[in-house]
Amino acid sequence: MKIDLTNTTSSKINAGLIEARRAIGTPAVGMVLTLVIVTDEGNAYDALKAAGDASREHPSRTLVVIKRPGRTPRDRAKSRLDAEVRVGSDAGTGETVLLRLHGELANHAEAVVLPLLLPDAPVVVWWPEEAPEKPAEDPLGKLAQRRITDAASAEDPVGALGVRAGSYSPGDTDLAWTRITPWRSMLAAALDQRHSAISAAEVEGEPYNPSTELLGMWLADRLKVPVARKVSDGPGLTAVRLDTADGAISLDRADGALAELAMPGQPDRHVALKRRETAELIAEELRRLDPDEIYKSAVQFGVERLKFDRSQEDSATRPLPDEDEQKAAAPAKKSAATAKKAAGSAAGKSK
Amino acid sequence: MSTSSNPLRDPQDRRLPRIAGPSGLVIFGVTGDLSRKKLMPAVYDLANRGLLPPGFSLVGFARRDWEDEDFAQVVHDAVKEHARTPFREEVWQQLAEGFRFVPGEFDDDNSFEALRATIDELDKARGTGGNFAFYLSVPPKFFPKVVQQLKKHGLSQGQGDSWRRAVIEKPFGHDLASAQELNRVVHEVFEPVDVFRIDHYLGKETVQNILALRFANTMFEPIWNRSYVDHVQITMAEDIGIGGRAGYYDGIGAARDVIQNHLLQLLALTAMEEPGSFHPKALVTEKLKVLSAVELPEDLGRYTVRGQYAHAWQGGEEVLGYLEEEGIDPKSKTDTYAAIKLTINNRRWAGVPFYLRTGKRLGRRVTEIAVVFKRAPYLPFESGATEELGQNALVIRVQPDEGITVRFGSKVPGTSMEVRDVTMDFAYGESFTESSPEAYERLLLDVLLGDANLFPRHQEVELSWMILDPIEEHWEKHGRPAQYPAGTWGPVEADEMLARDGRSWRRP
Repeated sequence: MKIDLTNTTSSKINAGLIEARRAIGTPAVGMVLTLVIVTDEGNAYDALKAAGDASREHPSRTLVVIKRPGRTPRDRAKSRLDAEVRVGSDAGTGETVLLRLHGELANHAEAVVLPLLLPDAPVVVWWPEEAPEKPAEDPLGKLAQRRITDAASAEDPVGALGVRAGSYSPGDTDLAWTRITPWRSMLAAALDQRHSAISAAEVEGEPYNPSTELLGMWLADRLKVPVARKVSDGPGLTAVRLDTADGAISLDRADGALAELAMPGQPDRHVALKRRETAELIAEELRRLDPDEIYKSAVQFGVERLKFDRSQEDSATRPLPDEDEQKAAAPAKKSAATAKKAAGSAAGKSK
Repeated sequence: MSTSSNPLRDPQDRRLPRIAGPSGLVIFGVTGDLSRKKLMPAVYDLANRGLLPPGFSLVGFARRDWEDEDFAQVVHDAVKEHARTPFREEVWQQLAEGFRFVPGEFDDDNSFEALRATIDELDKARGTGGNFAFYLSVPPKFFPKVVQQLKKHGLSQGQGDSWRRAVIEKPFGHDLASAQELNRVVHEVFEPVDVFRIDHYLGKETVQNILALRFANTMFEPIWNRSYVDHVQITMAEDIGIGGRAGYYDGIGAARDVIQNHLLQLLALTAMEEPGSFHPKALVTEKLKVLSAVELPEDLGRYTVRGQYAHAWQGGEEVLGYLEEEGIDPKSKTDTYAAIKLTINNRRWAGVPFYLRTGKRLGRRVTEIAVVFKRAPYLPFESGATEELGQNALVIRVQPDEGITVRFGSKVPGTSMEVRDVTMDFAYGESFTESSPEAYERLLLDVLLGDANLFPRHQEVELSWMILDPIEEHWEKHGRPAQYPAGTWGPVEADEMLARDGRSWRRP
């Protein structure tokens, strides 16, 4: 069921929601959270589709905030709120309200959203792109327990990680981090088995893929070893290698679906490691709403502390590595030890 | 092996799921229904959720002339038809490399040698590390043979720190003596901690939620005792008949098939005291305590009822009575319906009856626990205002439509004061994922992880038989099962049994 409300207010929208639910005969639903999606007209469809799919796992009230400040001074002077209320089969398993904020109102989204939040239930804000620099200080972000950004959608994805690290506040999370959960889980499972000490690591993925950097930083942060970043043609992340005295533990995924796990002294095995849809990522994010300390620690490790292997890469897109690291890049072996010490002590300080 | 030494693991990192270590699963009786409809799909679903270790291998053992490929095809069809999660080629590829099939009979030494060779080959080719669980999806009469063969061929003990586990399905005997004999046979070969008894009810989310409901909240536990609870009804109803299971069912009956395991487990979880922790030991201690406090009514004739479904129209189709079913002795005394009254002798529950009932060909398929509360001691309303008010109740719906219903009185809108029962509903499907994992997924994963929390221990099985045996003995000597038309809620005798106590069954 769909109700269109033009030039409306939050309280009229609330009344519309109740009316719509009565009309379809389910006056109460067990919705567990409010998901606020901040987007523009162009991305609203995709984001809403992902949220609808995720709502099968987490029935929620989805508020889509579409800002339309207007292009001309005349448009900007007129402010207006239009809403589209969707309940029932049109809205996944919860209810959805599309809010179009025209003119000056576009700068006061929180005033529209606040009365529409579900009582007592957690609030999650998701910026599919163009996330604010400091999500926790954004007027909408302030309303939320969980703030989801996506570094991969930024103009400078790797740079965005630095911004996230700088403005981190408990409850922040990034889809670039969510994307690597299966990788992290497989690597952790690999290290559950007996293995000799890890001396260095390497992550490989396409350029402009912040997940690769994040995985590298997580490994460096946890293992306290130097981690190199290599560039490949993708898709996405393509390989991780952990060097041990007995040989490398490696996880290779050339085709974006099936990976091969190799461990010293063990047969190579295939593991399914498919790149996931946005809906699955959002569903994972909504599963836990408490602060993700591990993400914090990984993202704040610092991209600049990874070693960039520059052999296949357009040099303009990356910051210059430190001089001694540059020398070490090709032979790598010896300087690994010194870099390890440096990484270890630095990581110790940051705790 | 220990996770604490793994730098990539951190208790704070709750995104990372528990993945079983290197391991494999051997299924005996792999051609059976359970294996195709539940086990194979559960293995695939686990793999799809990324919870199986790389290299996980599945070995089928049965009396078929199959190659590995034929077996893979059978699993493929079973997964396509019954798996909960969507079919993905890459997940299938990962799994299919680890499929092996060993043809053979249980008394054929060569087949078990072949099984051992297969396991050794998997350790080399797939890195399963010698860790194998043996799932005995075969009739209990074969258990002794299979476990003895496993022992004889050195399959029941792992090398070094690798493990071997046995998984067995109900029935765990048909009375105390046979249960003890079965435990003896299995424990002779496998250590008690390595034996996992599957009661698939315990793998259900709703059943696990009983513990969350009771011990994670403050508002239920204070009234969870004899001061507020009038009685408890635990129901497991099926709408199907015995189908093709005549051979198994006749002579066993509803009480042995369902009350002994499922219903007494539900009773234990509903009535037990708070465990000190969720360590399997602490949990089993509490369950044993409450099961050993269970007391039977003095007059078994008055407070137990059994029945047989009779020829009738059920939900739009004409169905046969139990005695008319193919393969059933027309003089059979086997119960297809059983209802019993139990009490629990402890401070919390003294005087609160627990009514347990189960049956086939009842009104609809439903399993629920209804905690019915006492009436308010005083009602300050005019007489007539509360005429339609029943007793407050909290109903845990185990299946289908998992959730919790609370029933309480509410004023009917209007000028007069009139109070009537209303219900408040919590549905799992509404507040959480539409498709919560199947019980078998959870249980198989727990077997591979070695987590015994959701499996009844042998002491529990034996205690349950001690509760049921006197009833079965009484039935053996006295009377015949009452007849009830298929599709109804059981024989009138069961209604009379509650009426004697001034109560009535809930219509589930």
